[in-house]
Amino acid sequence: MSTAWRIGVDSRRCIGTSICAGTAPEHFHLVGDRSAPLADVVAPADVILDAADSCPVEAITVRDAADERLIAPQD
Amino acid sequence: MTESAQTTGSRVVPPARQYPFSVPDRLVVDPTYGELRDNEPMTRVKLPYGEEAWLASRYEDVRTVLGDVRFGRAPAVQRDEPRLTARQQDSGMLTLDPPDHTRLRRLVAKAFTARRVEALRPRTQEIADGLVDDMVRLGPPADLVEHVATPLPIQVICELLGVPYADRDLFHTWSEAIVSTTSLPMETIQEYLNNLWGYIGDLVSVRRREPGIDDLLAALVRARDENQDRLSETELVELAGGLLAAGHETTVTQIPNFVYVLLQNPDQLARLRADPSLVPAAVEELLRYVPLGVGSSFARYAKEDVEVGGVLVRAGEPVLGSLSSANRDGTVFADPDRLDLGREQNPHLGFGHGVHHCVGAQLARMELQVAVATLVTRLPGLRLAVPEAELKWKRGMLVRGLLGMPVAW
Repeated sequence: MSTAWRIGVDSRRCIGTSICAGTAPEHFHLVGDRSAPLADVVAPADVILDAADSCPVEAITVRDAADERLIAPQD
Repeated sequence: MTESAQTTGSRVVPPARQYPFSVPDRLVVDPTYGELRDNEPMTRVKLPYGEEAWLASRYEDVRTVLGDVRFGRAPAVQRDEPRLTARQQDSGMLTLDPPDHTRLRRLVAKAFTARRVEALRPRTQEIADGLVDDMVRLGPPADLVEHVATPLPIQVICELLGVPYADRDLFHTWSEAIVSTTSLPMETIQEYLNNLWGYIGDLVSVRRREPGIDDLLAALVRARDENQDRLSETELVELAGGLLAAGHETTVTQIPNFVYVLLQNPDQLARLRADPSLVPAAVEELLRYVPLGVGSSFARYAKEDVEVGGVLVRAGEPVLGSLSSANRDGTVFADPDRLDLGREQNPHLGFGHGVHHCVGAQLARMELQVAVATLVTRLPGLRLAVPEAELKWKRGMLVRGLLGMPVAW
């Protein structure tokens, strides 16, 4: 079981819809017209997976902070 | 500000204008929007139904209204929301805010990501080629709406959802209820919606009886059956029906709109023909340029006092954001009323913005790219087969578009 996740937002893919910031405002915010995580390494929370899975351009990745295993998005 | 403007606290509330500002004329953006962006970026409007609202017309303000978490859609169901239709929507993703909205959106969003949609491109191209082959065989003049624009998105969404394409005439008729304002009587709208929900309900039952079926509808049924809290039976049916109806109505309408605009701009069409690698940028520019909506709908309600465009919007007040106006904002788009298929920066709001950004945007984008590329490259002589003045436009619908488009090539 992961004890920490690393959130990544690919700013080249991000189109700034703010779906993530609306879904998980405690983890994402818009900087200018692009999303960014408020903190890169965070405690696991389902709402982060909701945000990653809801991104239309799959700009958000969630990885296990210890071993870089991809947690979201998944098929 | 006019003389009759009222001052309420620290702000001036102008008298409401009737909205939409004019009867829709083809794909012309009413010049009132430009005047408002320059002089009165937040104005008051009264739609045919519901309470008065603010209307934001500048790009940045529209983004704030649609994207800022201080605004929400959920309060609308408790209110007489400003709208173009007699019927008020009381369920569905567009009546929810996070986290309720997230629960539904996440279930469908995974099927519509860029990666999933890209996998559908070869099949979409195959369908488009087949439709153009059939139309060419039939010979000119032929109706582009009937032969290409309507069947292409319907067949793609049918295959994705798992809806029998053979039933297309039925649900295409019923789908008009989703985008109708006055084109259908109220009773007919309700009857069509009931038919659509009943039809989807039957397909849901089939998936429960036959667990081997693998399509988006089956995935939604599984999501519902694995965890009843995630999705109610009504939500399941309305979500799937909404994807079927709202999804194809919009793309069906935009394909002829795009072709119409390209034919009106022969220099741009020639540019596209000379360099088909411009297709993705061209589709983005057409999404910006074409005012699909007759007027703004789905007002966002302020959850607290928010300053937008120099106006203090009070908690509980509804604000509409005009996508068509935002997309013509000269502070964001240079020479905004000119169609420029090579536009490099194009952060248009054609699919909206914020948590309700069109869930099918990537699918629509891919379908539009395939449709435009196929028509432009395979029919180099594509042209209207009737004088422009004889084209018939939709009336009494939320969207603007052609009822038919006789073309030759």
